[in-house]
Amino acid sequence: MEALTSILFHGLAYAMVLYIVSVGLAVTMGLMGFVNLAHGVFAMAGGYVTVTLMNGYGVPFGLALLAAFIITALISVVLERTLYARLYGASELDQVLFTIGLIFMSVAAVRYLWGPLPQPVHLPAMLSGQVDLGFRSFPTYRSFMILVGFVLIALLWLLVERTNFGAQLRAAVDNRRMAESIGIDTRRLFSCAFALGSGLAALGGGLGADILAIYPGYASEYLVYFLMVVAIGGLGSLRGPFVAALLLGIGDTACKYLVPQLGAFFVFAAMIALLLWRPAGVFGRA
Amino acid sequence: MRIGISVALAACIAIGSTAVASAQTVKLGVVDTYSGPFAAVGELLDRGIRLYVKQHEKDLPPGVKLEVIRRDDTGPNPEVAKRMAQELITRDRVQLLAGTVYTPNALAIAPLATEAKVPFVVMNAGTAMITTKSPYIARVSFTMWQSSYPLGGWAVKNGLKKVFTAVTDYGPGIDAEAAFTKGFTDAGGQIVGSVHMPLQNPDYVPFMQRAKDANPDAVFVFVPGGKDATSIMKVFGDLGLKAAGIKMIGPGDISTDEELANMGDVALGVVTAFHYSAAAERVANQEFVKAYKAEYGADQEPAFEVIGGYDGMAAIFHVIIEQRGKIDPDRTMELLRGWKNANSPRGPIMIDPDTRDIVQNEYLRRIEKVNGRLANVEFETIPMVKDPWKEINKQK
Repeated sequence: MEALTSILFHGLAYAMVLYIVSVGLAVTMGLMGFVNLAHGVFAMAGGYVTVTLMNGYGVPFGLALLAAFIITALISVVLERTLYARLYGASELDQVLFTIGLIFMSVAAVRYLWGPLPQPVHLPAMLSGQVDLGFRSFPTYRSFMILVGFVLIALLWLLVERTNFGAQLRAAVDNRRMAESIGIDTRRLFSCAFALGSGLAALGGGLGADILAIYPGYASEYLVYFLMVVAIGGLGSLRGPFVAALLLGIGDTACKYLVPQLGAFFVFAAMIALLLWRPAGVFGRA
Repeated sequence: MRIGISVALAACIAIGSTAVASAQTVKLGVVDTYSGPFAAVGELLDRGIRLYVKQHEKDLPPGVKLEVIRRDDTGPNPEVAKRMAQELITRDRVQLLAGTVYTPNALAIAPLATEAKVPFVVMNAGTAMITTKSPYIARVSFTMWQSSYPLGGWAVKNGLKKVFTAVTDYGPGIDAEAAFTKGFTDAGGQIVGSVHMPLQNPDYVPFMQRAKDANPDAVFVFVPGGKDATSIMKVFGDLGLKAAGIKMIGPGDISTDEELANMGDVALGVVTAFHYSAAAERVANQEFVKAYKAEYGADQEPAFEVIGGYDGMAAIFHVIIEQRGKIDPDRTMELLRGWKNANSPRGPIMIDPDTRDIVQNEYLRRIEKVNGRLANVEFETIPMVKDPWKEINKQK
């Protein structure tokens, strides 16, 4: 029983890291239809900004995360306007090649600026140690991740389903020409959405830095997990990636615990099975 | 016409041989990881090479020059490593080979060393059987058995009777597990569970939870250094294994000096067996650390990969100086067999004349705080350990 709660809890925390980092990809790839393999680059940038501000300038964790969100979002707008926008109508292969190229450039750039070793992450005292929830205690940092994950999904849901911006975005995704003809500036809208997606990635990179280490290989090593979350969740949905992250996080943790001999295969087997069953993803629109 | 060609050929050969005779340049080909996700480790090894060359270039006999030609194997990629070694041998005509962080790469190069008779100094790769794969291989780094096997005996002597083993599922991990299990069970210890963890693994929670459920006195861990070592250490603390009084032990890969700063206080008290710690108080090491910091920055700590490159160059300089720059492969191997260095930063070392493998002290170290920073503090020495795997398999 003790072990079971522990697995559930840690699986959930892991799922939240996956979700927070991947949800931005659900926005750019899922909503805007751009195959953005360089998503991890923005998460990595967020991670580097966060740890650099904290370690080098003594900025508090929360403020550093906010800065990571804003700085990365700004950088991403520049990249979006100058590079990404040129490939909006291009074939998927072109988009893949372009974003893979971005990954390679980011690896070299980050190695040049910060060196090859992983960055040290020192969490604020408030988040280290254990928190007592009455029946047992849990690691504070991972509990915090779970909390942030739920808050984030609520905010995103409100943003997309309940605001004018969200309505415009959904309209533009469903039928871009119609949206433009009723006067929606889709160019600006997509810039905003792209900035939001990248900012969320940066937030995930910074928040998850204690679990997914910040080092030059970040963007390529974890890419497969981000893609799995979005592929299983289905394009064009924000709820899908959440369910997918839960499934992968908890499933992966539980399987590695129960049958460690097969543990590493579970996520891949699950993905194949789910995509055979629903090729467009569990919540995807075919 | 035919005569013309032969004359021209003869002239070329003559020019070629006089050029070699007068310049006396020794060409050393280094196959190391300079790009990709594992470039960090390759860089450490190369730092050792560069530092030694910088310090000792003046010791070469007059007229003898060393040319180091570097090739990138991009990570644990045996086919790339093989291609690079082939290029070095056939195109660049190197007389000596060195390098490789990873075991598969060393194994891929071994047959080439034999065929071309090019002595190959292994500077890192630590799987025990590598040196048996070519008579032209000598190793200056370590073997997994050297650290994990004596650690088994030490654990039993120090009251750790029940141990859970958790190792990364590839060559060196399996080696570490086998070595520890042999040393530990031979001394009367009991393995209460074991698990192999995938090489690509972002979260170590499930494996550490399993270890905790088995309620052992200690967990024996091997992961391939770097960020994985920090991850598993943090999970070890997060899941409360440390709080439950369970110890963490393992080969030094799980407490590499450059990664300690990232781990935090949870790592305090972890005991590892290894051949090098940057915190060692030997004079030779203190001088070495000082030179390293002067070269690469005051916040940098040398790690075992650096020592591999550094001592490897010491062995190579020895054979160059002894032969006054005229490298003969068999004479080189003769010089490497039994080569000794009493003053390596890691203590006295020797290349075993029988197996061409490194013989060195193993140190038991505990992670402690020294001047506010975590360090591997040596507290016990097991002198001049020969590779136990070869010793055991010889007896059979």
